[in-house]
Amino acid sequence: MNSDDIRTVVFEILRRIAPESDPSALDPNENIRQALDIDSFDALNFFVRVNEQFGISVPESDYGGLNTVSEIVGYLSARLG
Amino acid sequence: MTGTEIGLRTLTYRDAVREAIREALQKDERDFLMGEDVGHYGGCFAVSKGLLEEFGPERIRDTPLSESGFVGAGIGAALGGMRPIVEVMTVNFSMLAADQIINNASVYLYMSGGQFNVPLVIRMATGGGRQLAAQHSRCLEGWYAHIPGIKILSPATIEDARGMLWTALEDPDPVLIFENSGLYNMEGTLAADAGPVDIHRARVRRAGRDVSIITYSAGLFKSLEAAQILAAEGIEAEVIDLRTLRPLDEGTFLDSVARTHRALIVDEGWRSGGISAEIASRIMEGAFYELDAPVARLCSLEAPMPYAKHMETAVMPQADRIVDLARRMVGAHG
Amino acid sequence: MAEFRMPSLGSDMEAGTLIEWRVKPGDRVQRRDVIAVVETEKAAIEIEVYEDGIVEALLVQPGRKVAVGTVMAIIRTEAATEPPVAFEPSSRPEPVKKAAPEKKAAPEPPTIQAPPEAPRIKASPYARRLAAERGVDLRRVEGTGPAGAIGAADVQRTASPTTPEAKPAPPPPAGKPASDSRAAMRRAIAAAMARSKREIPHYYLQTRIDMRRTLDWLAAENLRRPIQERILPVVPLIRAVVLALGEVPELNGFWIDGSHRIAEAIHLGFVINLRQGGLIAPALLNAEEKRLDELMADLRDLITRARSGGLRSSEMTDATITVTSLGDLGVETVFGIIYPPQVALVGFGKIIDQPWCENGMIGVRPILTATLSADHRATDGHRGGLFLDALGRRLQEPSKL
Repeated sequence: MNSDDIRTVVFEILRRIAPESDPSALDPNENIRQALDIDSFDALNFFVRVNEQFGISVPESDYGGLNTVSEIVGYLSARLG
Repeated sequence: MTGTEIGLRTLTYRDAVREAIREALQKDERDFLMGEDVGHYGGCFAVSKGLLEEFGPERIRDTPLSESGFVGAGIGAALGGMRPIVEVMTVNFSMLAADQIINNASVYLYMSGGQFNVPLVIRMATGGGRQLAAQHSRCLEGWYAHIPGIKILSPATIEDARGMLWTALEDPDPVLIFENSGLYNMEGTLAADAGPVDIHRARVRRAGRDVSIITYSAGLFKSLEAAQILAAEGIEAEVIDLRTLRPLDEGTFLDSVARTHRALIVDEGWRSGGISAEIASRIMEGAFYELDAPVARLCSLEAPMPYAKHMETAVMPQADRIVDLARRMVGAHG
Repeated sequence: MAEFRMPSLGSDMEAGTLIEWRVKPGDRVQRRDVIAVVETEKAAIEIEVYEDGIVEALLVQPGRKVAVGTVMAIIRTEAATEPPVAFEPSSRPEPVKKAAPEKKAAPEPPTIQAPPEAPRIKASPYARRLAAERGVDLRRVEGTGPAGAIGAADVQRTASPTTPEAKPAPPPPAGKPASDSRAAMRRAIAAAMARSKREIPHYYLQTRIDMRRTLDWLAAENLRRPIQERILPVVPLIRAVVLALGEVPELNGFWIDGSHRIAEAIHLGFVINLRQGGLIAPALLNAEEKRLDELMADLRDLITRARSGGLRSSEMTDATITVTSLGDLGVETVFGIIYPPQVALVGFGKIIDQPWCENGMIGVRPILTATLSADHRATDGHRGGLFLDALGRRLQEPSKL
C-alpha cells in the first residue's frame, strides 16, 4: 500500500465521519479536527475505522501527533512498511 | 378643518366631547356642567376649556374636592328638574361618590314607587396606559355595569364621543359616560352635521367571518389593529364595539358569534368577575351550539397597574396578544 | 383500551408529523416497542408504546401533522382482549351499556366489572351540531384542534365528498429543504431556551477538579483494551455525575406546576452537537444502573443514532438532568442553560494543564472546570455546592467509578 492508497482510504473514513465535507480539498497540513469539526467521539470512531481498514491499533498516547492528513498518512505509512 | 367639500372635518375626541357639552348647554337651559376644575382650569383633561367664558359660572360650576358632595348635589338638581352633567375627574375618584351613585341615584325611581326619575349624567375619565400607576389607572366601567338602575356608556369613536351625551341627557334615568383618557388626543373625522347617536346598540366596526372580537372603548382600536394584522394572514376578524355596557346589547354579539363560531373578548378591565365574564356567560347561554372553540378572553393582568411603561404595557391587552390568541383559535380548526 | 397519543418530545414541541407506522391493526405490542416514527422540529424520533396489547386501530395517516396529545392509535390492552376472534381492524369499542347487568354469575367485588369505556370524543358544540346535521359519525373524524379536539372544519372535511382520504399526503419531511429543518430546530431551541431564561431563576456554581488520577487510570485502562473498547474521558465524568447525584438527589428531577419532583431513576440527557448545526440532548436511560463500559456503549449508540436519526421517544422525553461537555473545544468553562422542566445542568470544559497546589507542593495537573447551573426554585447553592464537591471527590477515586 503506497501513501496515495493510504490517503484514499483515510479520506473515505473521514467522509463517513463528516459526510458534508470534502476531505480531499483539505490542505495536507491543515488541522482536521478544526477543519472538519471532529470531536473526541468522531476521533475515536476514526481510529476504530483505521484499525479495521489497516489493522493498526493507534495507542491513545499517539493521538496528539495525528492532527493533519500528512501526519496521519505518514504515521500509517511508517507502520505499514 | 379639512374635507369640508364632502362634509367631513377633523377633530380630536376631546373636541368632540366639548362640542357635545356645548350643544347640550345651547339646546336646553336646564343643562349645566359641574365638577372639579371644570371652570377656570378648563377641566383636568381640558375638555371644558373655554366653556366658562361662553356660558358663565352659573352653568359651568367649579366644585369643592368632594365627590360625594357634588354628585349628591347633581342628584338633587336632577330631582329638582334640572339636567346636570357632573364631571368626576376620573373613575378612581368616583369611589368617593359610589354611595351617591349606587345607593341613591340608581334606586330612587324604585324607592319612590316610580315617582322620581333621576335624569343625571355623570362623565368620568377611565383607563390606564398613561403611566399614572395603580391609583389613577383603573378601568372600572365593567364593575359599574353590575348595578341595575344606571346605564353605562363607553364611547370609543369620535362619533360616539360627540353623540352619546345628548342621548344620555334625554334619558330619564342616571347615565354614566366613561371616556378613556387615552383617547382624548385621538384625531378623526366627523360629518359636519354629526349629532346625537343611539345608546342601545353595539356596532360591528369591522366585518369578518373567522372570529368575533368583542370589545369596547380603547380596546376597540387595539382590536382593529389586530384585525388588520390578522387579515394579512387570511384571518378575517369581526370587531364589535359594545358601546354600552349596561344594558348589554347581546343580540349583536350573539349574531356575530353565530356567524364566526368563535369569540374573543378584549377587556381592559380585570378578568375575575368582570364584564368579560358576563359576555362569556351570555355567549354560553345564547350561542353554545354555535361555538367551535372555547370563548377566549384577553383582559388586564390582575395586578395593581405598574408605573413603569414596559410593565404597564405588559399588563394591559395589546394588539400582538390579540393577534396571537385569535390566530390560535382559528388555526386550531383551519 | 388505551389511547396512544402524540407524545410531547420536549417542552417546546407543539405538534409532530407521523412519518410511518411500524405496526398495523391486529399486531401485538409490548411496552417499549417502537410503533411509529414521528418527525419533530428536531429530528425523526422512534415512538414507543407504553402498554402491552393489540393494536386496535390506527387513527392518523402517515404524512399528517398532528398536535401533541392527539389520539393516534387505540391499543387494546391485555385486560380487555378476551375475545380475539373476528377482529375487524376498523371496529370500534362497543358502548358499555349492556355489559354490566349481564355479569351476574360470580359475586365479584364491583371494582373490576366496568369494562373500559370508549374514549370520550372531544368536539366543539358547533362541530357536533354540524355532524348531526350531515350524518357524520364523529368517531370517524380526525380532530386537528388542541388535544385532538374536533372542530367544525374537521367535520366538514370528513363530510365533503370532494376531499376523500386519498388526498395526496404532504411531501415527506425528507424532501424538506435542509434550511427549513435547520430553521425549525433553531426555533425549537429558541423556544426552550427562552422559556428557561424566562422562567428559571438559575444559579451557577463552578469548581476546578484535578483530573490526573482519573486520566492516568483511564490511560492505563485504555492501553490494555482493544481500540473498540476504549473509553472516552467524558464517560467517567458522566459516571461521577451519576454517583454525585446519589448524594444530592434533588438536582435530578423536574420543576412542574410550581412543585419540585425528584426523579428516582437518572436519565442523563447528554448534549450532542449535530454536524449540520443545532443540538439535541437525548437521555442515557437509567444511567444509575450502568458502569463505565455500559455507559460508553450506550453513549456511542446514542451519538450515532442522534446523528443518523433513530432516537426513541423515551430518550427524548425522559431526561432528568442534562450534561454538556464542550471540552473538545478550547473553552474552559460552560455556563449552561437548564432544559425545562429539568432543574439542573452540569457543564464540563476542556481539561487544561495548570499549576495546582496539593499538600504544600505546586505541580502541573490536568484541571477540569466543572459547573452546575441549577434552578433556585428547586435547590439552593449549598446543595449545589455539595454536588460539585461530591463530583470532584468521585473523580479522585477512578477505580471505584
